[in-house]
Amino acid sequence: MSTALTGPSSSKASRVIGLLALASTAILLLVGLVLSPPEVDQADSVRLMYIHVPSAIASLYLAFGVTFIGSVIYLRTQSTFWDLMAHAGAEIGVMFCAFVLLTGMLWGRPTWGVYWQWDPRLTSTVISFVLYLGYLAVRKMDLDPAVRSRRAAILGIISFANLIIVRYSVQWWRSLHQGNTVGRDTQMDGLILFSFFWGILTFTLIFTWLLIHRFRLAWYEHQAGATSLDDAIAARRAERTPPLAGEAL
Amino acid sequence: MSDRTVISDARLVLRKDLRIERASKVVISQVVPFAIMTLVLFGFGISPDARVVLGEGASRSVQAQVAPGLIFIAILLSALLALSRSFGVESADGTLDGLRLAGLDPAGIFLGKAGAVLVQLLSVGVVVTSGAFLFFSVQVDWTIARAVLLVTTLGAATAGIAAAGTIYSALAAGLRVRDTLVPLLVVPVLAPVLLGAGQAADAALFGATVDGWPWVGALAVFALLYGWVGIISFDSLLEDA
Repeated sequence: MSTALTGPSSSKASRVIGLLALASTAILLLVGLVLSPPEVDQADSVRLMYIHVPSAIASLYLAFGVTFIGSVIYLRTQSTFWDLMAHAGAEIGVMFCAFVLLTGMLWGRPTWGVYWQWDPRLTSTVISFVLYLGYLAVRKMDLDPAVRSRRAAILGIISFANLIIVRYSVQWWRSLHQGNTVGRDTQMDGLILFSFFWGILTFTLIFTWLLIHRFRLAWYEHQAGATSLDDAIAARRAERTPPLAGEAL
Repeated sequence: MSDRTVISDARLVLRKDLRIERASKVVISQVVPFAIMTLVLFGFGISPDARVVLGEGASRSVQAQVAPGLIFIAILLSALLALSRSFGVESADGTLDGLRLAGLDPAGIFLGKAGAVLVQLLSVGVVVTSGAFLFFSVQVDWTIARAVLLVTTLGAATAGIAAAGTIYSALAAGLRVRDTLVPLLVVPVLAPVLLGAGQAADAALFGATVDGWPWVGALAVFALLYGWVGIISFDSLLEDA
């Protein structure tokens, strides 16, 4: 976390966000692990909800949403900013998605008795995870950058639509499990509810902080890629010793 | 030139691809045998002796019980080969650029290529379905309604596979990593198709046919959606392919 304070990809704003994320994480740990009571049915395993659901929101909605919006704007304007934003969003989204799967399975063990249940959410999340791994593979394609960005943008848009298709098809396939966590007969204790929403806030801050840094890194990468060939040629030229007097050419 | 339309362009590309297949017989001599072999492998993986108890003393072999899903997994795996072939013939000698330079409408190229894949997949599908009945001893109380549902499911599912597969193959066209990238991109996208087709075929073979039709509707929507996406996006995808 110390990179929030130093390093070329940080700025005043990102430092503030980084510190807020850090403080918010500390509060989440305190409220989630110490102050909030165990839940009636799920006992202590309910505490997983404070990180599981927020990371799902950060991944599937925020991060992949950024990728979708970035892709749409890139296709319309060819803006490098939004192209790199889309890339950064997908990468962070995949990371959070892996975290969602991990915490989901850990939560499944005490709740269902098994790590993996063909629960619509787990199933659709694992498919979404692979979908965006595919997107990242396309971003690595050995192609002209403009062509690659265009293809990635098309993929970024289709993938978001796929996210919805996968979600609904799996839900329809297994329409026998628990629905939304919040909204349906929520009988949560005040502090449990607070921890839950604090978790969402914390993960949103962490997401924003990561997005800024990942984006700046991508931006430097892009700049380096654009100038590296010219620099290499210039460096090579500079190596050349001055022609000897009388040398032909 | 003026009487050329998207449909006539599509027909040209479709005929070209099918003519290549008639000359090379790659799908018939390689993809179809591969599909049959997949079924045999499923047979190895699922014990022929395992049975599912249906109640009232009736039972069914596990192989037959899971046949609806296996049929579409075999079709999906074969589709990956057919798609690879479909764009493999375009990658040599810059023929994809040639198609563009010939003034063909990108939407027509998409429809033609997807159509050719669809025709090939339908023939694979017929072989795979017949093979599944044969190898897994699937016993069905045939009615016209069941047959119509099964055939429609096959058509709608393969249409979706062909449309989505063609888009993703074009996305990876001309790349060295194409052969590994396309399966990574296509398989998660086609997961809902597999799910829907499996459920619909299950209803057609063993369940109540009314349970299958909503899934066929979903498959048709998927195919139309991807058909539409292909029509509008193929222009950008083919550029500098």
